[in-house]
Order: sequence, then structure tokens, then C-alpha cells
Amino acid sequence: MRWIRETGPVVGAITLALGVGAIVTALTGYSVPQVFRHLAVGAFGDWYRLAQTLTQATPIIFTSLSFLIAFRAGLFNIGAEGQLYMGAFFAAWAGFSFQLPPVLHPIVCLLFGAAAGAVWGFIPGWLRAKRGANEFVTTMMLSYVAINFTSWLVAPGGPFHGTAWANQTVRIATSAQFPRLLRGAQLSWGLIVGVLVAFLVWYLLFRTPRGYELRAVGQNPLAAEYGGINVTRNMILALTLAGALAGMGGAAETLGTHRRFIELFSPGYGWDGIAGGLIARAHPLGAILAAVMMGALRAGGQAVDRAGVAPADLAAVIQGLVILFVVAPELIRYFRRLVRRKKLGDIEL
Amino acid sequence: MPAEAVRMEGIVKRFPGVVANAGIDFSLHWGEVHGLLGENGAGKTVLMSILYGLYQPNQGRIFFRGKETKIRSPHVAIQLGIGMVHQHFMLVPRLTVLENMAVGWEPRIGPLLDRRAMRRRIESLISDYGLEVDPDARVEELSVGEQQRVEILKALYRGAEVLILDEPTAVLVEQEVEALFSTVRALKEQGKAVVFITHKLHEALEICDRITVLRRGKNVGTLPASEATEERLAEMMVGREVVFTVTPEPVSSQGQVLLSVEGLQARDDRGVPAVRGVSFEVYDHEILGIAGVQGNGQKELVEAIAGLRQPTGGRVRVGERELTGQSPSKLAAQGLVHIPEDRHLRGLILTFSVEENAVLGRHRQPRFAVGPWAQRRRAIRIYAQELVERFSVSVPSLSAPVRTLSGGNQQRLILARELSRDPQVIVAVQPTRGLDVGGMEFVWEQFLEARRNGAGILLVSMDLDEVMMLADRIAVMYQGEIVAVVRRGEATKRELGLLMLRGKGAVD
Ligand SMILES: Nc1ncnc2c1ncn2[C@@H]1O[C@H](COP(=O)(O)OP(=O)(O)OP(=O)(O)O)[C@@H](O)[C@H]1O
Ligand SMILES: [Mg+2]
Repeated sequence: MRWIRETGPVVGAITLALGVGAIVTALTGYSVPQVFRHLAVGAFGDWYRLAQTLTQATPIIFTSLSFLIAFRAGLFNIGAEGQLYMGAFFAAWAGFSFQLPPVLHPIVCLLFGAAAGAVWGFIPGWLRAKRGANEFVTTMMLSYVAINFTSWLVAPGGPFHGTAWANQTVRIATSAQFPRLLRGAQLSWGLIVGVLVAFLVWYLLFRTPRGYELRAVGQNPLAAEYGGINVTRNMILALTLAGALAGMGGAAETLGTHRRFIELFSPGYGWDGIAGGLIARAHPLGAILAAVMMGALRAGGQAVDRAGVAPADLAAVIQGLVILFVVAPELIRYFRRLVRRKKLGDIEL
Repeated sequence: MPAEAVRMEGIVKRFPGVVANAGIDFSLHWGEVHGLLGENGAGKTVLMSILYGLYQPNQGRIFFRGKETKIRSPHVAIQLGIGMVHQHFMLVPRLTVLENMAVGWEPRIGPLLDRRAMRRRIESLISDYGLEVDPDARVEELSVGEQQRVEILKALYRGAEVLILDEPTAVLVEQEVEALFSTVRALKEQGKAVVFITHKLHEALEICDRITVLRRGKNVGTLPASEATEERLAEMMVGREVVFTVTPEPVSSQGQVLLSVEGLQARDDRGVPAVRGVSFEVYDHEILGIAGVQGNGQKELVEAIAGLRQPTGGRVRVGERELTGQSPSKLAAQGLVHIPEDRHLRGLILTFSVEENAVLGRHRQPRFAVGPWAQRRRAIRIYAQELVERFSVSVPSLSAPVRTLSGGNQQRLILARELSRDPQVIVAVQPTRGLDVGGMEFVWEQFLEARRNGAGILLVSMDLDEVMMLADRIAVMYQGEIVAVVRRGEATKRELGLLMLRGKGAVD
């Protein structure tokens, strides 16, 4: 019952968005059936394509979780992209620097990635809690710092410039790599780790005193303080965890997909996480579904472009519409709540 | 027979787990003040919210001016001429009174706001109904009573002919209640219809023409106020006799200081000194009442004691320990509990479930958690169930968000949570606000029982009757200072009232 009530509007919004997408497609003179067939086939047409969709969904699971865990604590983590880069690089570094047995090695790499991301989340968290610096701005700024910093590391003349033909590190050790799930596809264990982590985040938020405190701070900081909850510490914790989750996403990309760190490897997975987290209505298990949807839109869009039935721009418009339709009501609700909180109170029942 | 303004027939409203209105008939005449009484959770707010278009009934019909009408939203209600003032106000603090009125309802000349016409209309409303308030003051600078007047003004400005007031007096001090009553009488003389929800029976008898009593979602009777007595109304509401006063039995204190406050100073939110060197002690087996007109530093005093506001000077001791400016969890560990003034702002997390709110502040205790990484969900559920039963909190379910509880039941949940901690020191602000007669009686008895068991209680209330009935000693607070401390029975209500209004000058 509750499940239907919560997901119903999301499904409705997606349907509506696809409908509007169809109208736009028709108005711009492309064939609606062709474009939509390629979208669907490109995303789910066969095992290989499905794997492609899930490969792109994997980092988005992590970045969606990153966004939503901060959101639950009443904070905006706009910097998942940079945290992803930090995680991806430091996972790679642990992957080619250490020699460890197979199962242990990827775990260590994952932890390095999480730690690097965590540092990148802790800094804005600390600045917010102690100095009142708006995390919206600081996470975004730090994001660019991370992207440029990691690019410099692997650029010619940089300390980790690994190959002559591209700006990337050397390959990580075989022992560090996530096994692939399907021959000939990039889909790896990263997906399974992502799903497991989503369940862990769910457990953390809804079954532990820590999660209780985090959510309390997000819902009503004054009551949280009254209940003996340290508000500033929880803000720092939330952004640190957010950074760690995005960092793990980067690590999963390195260990499973690219097997090395490549500069500017992300097509915007960090940004997709914002939409993913909101589409999921900040629910960790919803984040899995939201990420698959975003992955499917990406993969399908690429297929539409490749098949030449419509330019990539059109696919991007359809993607944008879906995100807009699903996210807009959520954002409006959120901002309304902010405004209302500024007023004196709520309706008395 | 006076003309009927509103008739509601067979109104049924169900929520998951509860039937809030179980077939209610209700009628409202022009030129009458109609009291709506009933226990916490009886369905008063829901019934009036339906009239105001906030909820749609599952069954039943509404007639407005004799015509069957569907009220789909508050917007429709406002256009029909129905206004409602909620207990928690819906004003924007940063805007002025005038600007608040204009939100969503601007008179325009072309694209421009016609401020002049608006001001004229509002000024005439102010003088017609005695709703004294400065139209250019910012809402955040106004007292609660003034804010309420702004809400009433807003409703009248939007053309309300029917005005619903949901527990308007719960937040007012006595002088303000008088002012509100004269406004209500003026409305009545203009032929408007007023619905007046209250838990204070004497108020209902004083201001209302007719009174309707709800019990468990049903109308148990409508009667002229002239035929009603407090006893009869209480009996109709609760189904049994209710006592309106309790008498603290004499107990002897051992002279042990449980809470000591020495030269405490604190600033308000704007940085102005609000508590200016306050000292007192609360002993074991004692209730110390703090009386005062709202805004004389009581809020800041309590927050400074309870660890929610950093004091700028002075000391707070709980038992043997100095705990000045320590966190609420440290204070709780020493046996101090705090029943906050504003249940929505501090006391509850409205989106959290009843269970989750039941352990707020204790969520880390071994009883409810295994370290920081696991909750004892069964223990929490059982405990919440216990609280709800012991304090008769009526809830749709333990997993329902507390937002869906009636106002009085929210207050009961807070009281249940805090009083069940076996406190040594209770700091309570307006603990019976919003409670029905039975609930008040129960809370008073709980306080007296805590006192009998040796607890020390600091009771801050604007309700002078309540303070005079319960407190062993009363400290009067005026402009951030304690201007007098009297023992029970040493001062009359009038004398205390004067002290509250004028401070020390009253004695000279
Ligand atoms: N949105 C809602 N969802 C579920 N239940 C609700 C909702 N609103 C009210 N209720 C339930 O309906 C019942 C009646 O509530 P209502 O607010 O009308 O009580 P009331 O008479 O105003 O009580 P009080 O004196 O405490 O304010 C309560 O049991 C309450 O829990
Ligand atoms: Mg009510």
C-alpha cells in the first residue's frame, strides 16, 4: 500500500515525461516509433545492452546514495562529481601500488576510494558546521578542485602520468580488479557492491541510532538539539558519509569498468546522483531503481544517436524531461517546506 | 428562528486507523458564537478543517447560506466568506503586518499593489473590531496575542463572514483573552458567525451563545450556553465527573536543593539581554511556579537552564553538579527533564512516527539501542505502547507520523515521554496547554505525585490559576528579573497580576 502510494506518482511522472518527449520528437520532425524503439532496445534490447545500462547505473547508485544521505540530514551535497574523482584516483593508486591477494585487494582499494571521498565531504561538512559556510557552494567548488587536481596528476609531467597515448594512470593489478559479470561487457561486481551498499545505507538510516539522529537533524534541528543530539557533529558526519559513498562509486568505476584512472572519465555521474536521489525520494532502495532508470536513459540515448534516427540532443531532451518531471515536484515541495519552516509553524491538527 | 449560516449533515471523515468524524451534524447561525468542545482527539479540528476546505469528508453534506456547497479548498472557503485561525499561526515573520495581509490577496491597480486602499481597509477593520496592532510592525516583533489579531484581521480582510477560531485562548494571557472576547462580541454584533474551539469551559460559558460537544467523532449534544454548567459540559465531554482543581497535600521538604540558579543572564535571539541576573532554588518535594506576562524572559530563562541557550553569565546547578550551559543530554543524565513551550518547534519531530518520538532523547540508551549501530525496535515499540496507554494518548497507530495526532495528543505524548523518565527535576513550560479537562487533571496529579516522591518542579505558566493552585512558592518575573517570591496563599491573584504587569513598582 505505502509502496504504491510512494512510487505511483513517480511512475506517473515518468510516463507523462515520455509522453511529452514523444510530442517534442514529433514536432521536431523525427519518427516517434523509431526514436522510442531505439531508446528501449538500446537500453534493454539484449543481454549485452542490458549490461551496458547496468554498467552506467552502477556509479549512479553510489552518487544517488551520496546525495540522499546528505539530503536526509537537511544538507545539499552538490559535489558528488568531485568526490567520485577523488575516490576513483585513490582506488587506482591503491590498485597499482600495493600487492595484495585477490579478494582483499579490491576491498582495500574500495576503502581507499571511500576515504578519499570522505575527506572531500568532511571539509565542506566541517566548514558548514563550524563556520556556517553554505555546503551548496563549498561542495560544488571542491568538486572542480578535485576534477582539476586528478587531471593534473595524470597529465604529461604529472606524477602519475602512466601511458603515452592518454592522460591516465597505469593499469591496476589484476588482483585488484572487480570480476566482470558478463563476457564482453564492462558490467562488473561494482553493481553488486552498489546494491549491497544501498541496503547498508537503508539499514543505517532506518535501523540505527546514528541514522535516527541524522534524520532528526534533517527534519527538525531544534527538536534534535532538545533531544540531546549534537547537530553540528551530525552535519559533518552526513557530508563525510556522502563523500565516502561517492568516493566508493569512483572506486567501483576504476576497479570494475576502466581498471585504471582516466582523466575526465565521468560523463556527469555525480550530477546524475542529484536527480537519482530526488527521483528515489531520498530512499536508499529507491536509489537502485532510479539509477537503473538514469542508466537506461543514457544507454538508450546513445543507441538513438548511433542508429542515426535522431541526434543525441533529442535523446538528451527526453532524459531532461524525465528528470524534470520527476524531480520538479519534489524540489518544489522541498523549497516550500523551507519557506514554511521560516514561517511560524505548521497547521495545528 | 435566526437564519442558518452553515449546516453540516452526517459528516464522516476517516483516516487510516481512525474515524475522526463519525457522522456529525452541526449547525451555525448568523450572529452567534458557537462553542465547540470535546476531549483531545474528539474531532473538533478535523470537522472545522472540513468546513474550511482543508479536508474532504468521506460522507456528508455541507450547506452554506442554505445551499448545498462543495468546499474543495481553503481558497473556495475564503471566497465563500469562511475564515479560519489555526492555533499555530501561518504568518511570515520577516514581513510586516500589511505585507502579510497582501500575500496571495493583493488589491491591484493594474499590475501595481494598491497599498493605499489596503491600508485604509485594514485600519478601519482595526478600529471596528478593536484588533489593536501596528500595520507596519514586522510580525516577528509582535507578541503572540498580536499575531493572533493579525490572523483574525487577515481573515476579515479576505471577507470572512464565518470565522473559525481553533483554541484561540490557549496562547493568550488573561488581559489578551479579554481583548479577544470584545473582538468576538463585535463580530457577533455585525451579524457574523463565530466558531470558538476551547478546552476552557468557563470561557465557553462566558462568550458562547450555543455550545456543541463532540465525543469520539460524534455530536453528543448542542445546547444554549445559558442552560449549561461546567459540570454538565465536562460530563458530556468525558462521560464522567471531572475535578477542576487539585489540592497539593502538605509535604515536608528535606531542604535539599535540587536545582539552583545563581545570577543567571541570557540574551534573546536578537542579542538583547532578556534574563538579567536571576537567582532561585528549587528544593526537593517542591513546586516553584514562575508567573509573568509572556515575553519577560521566561523563555530565555528556561532555555538557558535546559541547555538550549548559552547563558552569558551566572550558574546553573542540578543537584550537586554545576551544569551551566551543558547539553540537554548531560542535564538529562542528572535527572532533569524539560517540557518545552513549543511542541512543534522543540518537542516533537512531526514527520517521525509516534514510536520514534517516544524515545527522542533516550534513543541512545542501552534499553533502546545496542551501541550506535543497532536499535532495539521491539523494546522501542513496547515502550511507546506503554506511554500511549498510560497517558491515554490517542494515536492512529504507533507508526503514524505525530503530525497526524490532534494537538492535545501531541502534548500528551511529550508529557508521557518526559515524565516517564523518573525525573529529579522537572522544568515545565505551559504543560497543560491544549489539554482537555481530563488531561489537565491527569497532568496535575502526575506533577503532585512527582512532588510527593521528592522531585523538584519548576513550573512556568501564564495561567495564573494553574500556578496558584500547584506551586508551593511563586516567583514573579518581570523584565528579565525576579521581582517577588511569595509562598502559597501569601498573595491574592490581583496582587500577583499587578506584580506581573508592573514589576516592583506595583508594591509601592
Ligand atoms: N491527517 C491525519 N491523518 C490521520 N489521522 C488524523 C489526521 N488528522 C487528524 N487525525 C486523527 O483524527 C482524530 C481527531 O483529531 P482532531 O485534530 O480533530 O482532534 P481535536 O478534537 O481537535 O483534538 P485536540 O483537542 O487535541 O486538538 C485524532 O485521533 C487524530 O489522530
Ligand atoms: Mg484540535
